[in-house]
Amino acid sequence: MAFLKSFGSYLPSRVVSNDELAAGLNCAPDWIREVSGIEERRYASPDESTASMAVAAAQQCLERAGLTAGDIGLFIVASGSSERRFPGPAVTVAHQLGAGQAPAFDLPIASAGSLFGMALAATLAEAHGHVLVVASEKMSTVVAREPVEPGVAILFGDGAGACIVSPGSGPARILDHVLHSDGAFAEDLRLEFDAPLAMNGRSVIMQASRKIPSGIAEILERNHKPASVVEVFLMHQANQNLIDRVARALEVEPAKFYSNIRCYGNTSAASMLIAAAEWWQNPGPRPGQIICFAAFGAGFHWGALLAEA
Amino acid sequence: MDNRARIITILKTVSKKTSVPDADESLFDSGFLDSFALPDMVGELEREFSIKIPDSDLNPRKFESISRIESYIDSRK
Repeated sequence: MAFLKSFGSYLPSRVVSNDELAAGLNCAPDWIREVSGIEERRYASPDESTASMAVAAAQQCLERAGLTAGDIGLFIVASGSSERRFPGPAVTVAHQLGAGQAPAFDLPIASAGSLFGMALAATLAEAHGHVLVVASEKMSTVVAREPVEPGVAILFGDGAGACIVSPGSGPARILDHVLHSDGAFAEDLRLEFDAPLAMNGRSVIMQASRKIPSGIAEILERNHKPASVVEVFLMHQANQNLIDRVARALEVEPAKFYSNIRCYGNTSAASMLIAAAEWWQNPGPRPGQIICFAAFGAGFHWGALLAEA
Repeated sequence: MDNRARIITILKTVSKKTSVPDADESLFDSGFLDSFALPDMVGELEREFSIKIPDSDLNPRKFESISRIESYIDSRK
């Protein structure tokens, strides 16, 4: 049995408005909001990295849990925008937190990385003790690669989120998870070394519109719970139009899908944990509530995780 | 009503346009469908033709024009 113990997040201080972005991309600020629901995003400074942002989110998460890095038995760091091929940010994050020699590994699978990390943590917590899952993305450097594609550049922001999964106790018990991958669409959303992000938006939206609701429906059905009993859906923040579409497909009122994409844009793997960190602080879980996490991203990888407070 | 006419009826509903593009004209380039209207179009095709379009067939190129949609629907009958 595994529990969600705490969440944390870090957002860089620099706010990039649609007005600022649109001026450089030769597009209209209103168009950005219309096609994505995004009004602003955060960009990291040149001296911030995926590892440094991950450390900041992890420190907040540890503090909220009343734990130190020495209490963590395993570190999992998800990032699709880490700065080098290897080692990934996981070992740096663990080292900078002062974790000693606890194992640390990376999940370089972009948007669904935090969900896959949480699912792995739920499985591994019994063997390793507290598992710290962190997701961190510096997408601003990725979307700045030439040639800049405005339809892609408007979507992304930087940030990090963290979650501690514990074997003993916590505010919410993880009930189940479903994970899926389909390499048939690997070319439709990819990031080559030193190349711009390549995205077939039509394919991504079409697949996500199907696969996110089907993943959520699968886990709810397996646990004999109708969508109506879920208190909150904490989903990867890709696009407000997509979030609304998933809500409609599940016949759930959109307000049950927590959304902060207006403020941060799509922070890839980090987005679901940033959303969870905010919701966990306010209003936060109350006993008996059902919480559903869901994500979809490059690969394609997708899935859902169910917890009960 | 033949398949093409049924496809055009769906397209008018989804796109909220009264005009009809040429059969081989790109529905994306001509502004009839965008990324978010495409899944709606696919859902309506499933309902109208009583078929389940598998995720593996959800290649936007298959739904690029009226004639391509018609070919796909014919292939499923």
